[in-house]
Amino acid sequence: MSDQIKQATQEYATRLGDDSVVLGHRISEWVSYGPFLEEDIAYGNVALDYIGRARMFYTYAAELADDGRDEDDFAYMRNDREYRNLLLMELPKGDFAYSQVRQLFADVYYTLMLPELLQSKDETLSAIAAKAIKETKYHLRRSRDWVLRLGDGTEESHQRAQKAVDQLWGYTHELFDMDETEQLLADAGIGVDVAGLRDRWLEMVSAILTEATLTVPEDSWAVRGGRIGYHTENLGHMLTEMQIVHRSHPGCKW
Amino acid sequence: MPEEQYQRLQQRHAEDVRALWDLLDAIKDPEIPALSIWDLGILRDVQRNGDQVTVTITPTYSGCPAMDNITTDVIQLLHDNGYSDATVKLSLSPAWSSEWMSPEGRKKLREYGIAPPEDAGLDDDGLTPDAHAACPHCASRHTRRISEFGSTACKALFQCDDCGEPFDYFKKI
Repeated sequence: MSDQIKQATQEYATRLGDDSVVLGHRISEWVSYGPFLEEDIAYGNVALDYIGRARMFYTYAAELADDGRDEDDFAYMRNDREYRNLLLMELPKGDFAYSQVRQLFADVYYTLMLPELLQSKDETLSAIAAKAIKETKYHLRRSRDWVLRLGDGTEESHQRAQKAVDQLWGYTHELFDMDETEQLLADAGIGVDVAGLRDRWLEMVSAILTEATLTVPEDSWAVRGGRIGYHTENLGHMLTEMQIVHRSHPGCKW
Repeated sequence: MPEEQYQRLQQRHAEDVRALWDLLDAIKDPEIPALSIWDLGILRDVQRNGDQVTVTITPTYSGCPAMDNITTDVIQLLHDNGYSDATVKLSLSPAWSSEWMSPEGRKKLREYGIAPPEDAGLDDDGLTPDAHAACPHCASRHTRRISEFGSTACKALFQCDDCGEPFDYFKKI
């Protein structure tokens, strides 16, 4: 592996780890607030899948960085500006409809992205994708069912689901952006060319939203910046909560 | 016997590490203490090089929190048995499959009150079906899925309409 590719792969694994840990943490915020027990447990399990995924990506990033840091250093010792997650993942959990619509957008994205990552020439990235694909199938079935139920439900649930779709739509464009690092890796057969996934994503999401009697928004605005460390104010608040114990007790074991 | 299980048994019976595989049967899954890591298919490989022992394990699901405990337990057990130079490797590929679960493991799982993967199978989408997992308590197929996610990510929650008991079903993946 050339130094350039190695460095890009480390950056890439960190980005994917950041996406997973941030979304995983947001989902975990539902634990003990779920609308009923089974749903509460489901949230806990989905959060755990994402946090597990983050651990695998971070462990690999740490291995490539080879500078003495471990997975915990990646998760707990970096500030918001050092995080490279997609903005969609860091938005606050909002109401139940908001979280489920976000989840649907993310689940369809991973349903398309992970099979491509499985083809990666990088064995570790491919292995992580192989595990994650199986889990994402379950995630998508759940978020799809919920969006259908809420969109095609009561007047109140419909209105909330539509509001969530409208508020989140502008954050989905960033999911399909490529920069130099990702292009380099895509050309090398290591990373995924996410720009090519947008049409299929739109097709799948539109079909589900339409079935849920929800309106697919116009592409009238877009927010970007997560991949270069420009975040919404929400990430800093989230990391404060997520990192406080680790930073207050460095090296603590229990 | 499915190919995967045949290969696991072949691996286990290799002369030089056979005793180590037997020893590792003592390591149970902390979430399902009725099953050993061999039964669950989490234990993937045992290699010995002189005094050095390397044990390879694989998580059932990405976020399986039992991996850290299992690692500690394996190292402690080997240490107590004179293998002070032991390491545990976490392997991600090939991804864990419920096909790796041993026949005894499936039986023990049922006895423990959890329906094993083959007691429900898969629906047309390749996921857990919404009904008819065999109840581990009364064997009725008159059951329905309550939740896709049970007490852990590897299980779904069902309820039996005949005996009324809720039960966990170990997903087929």
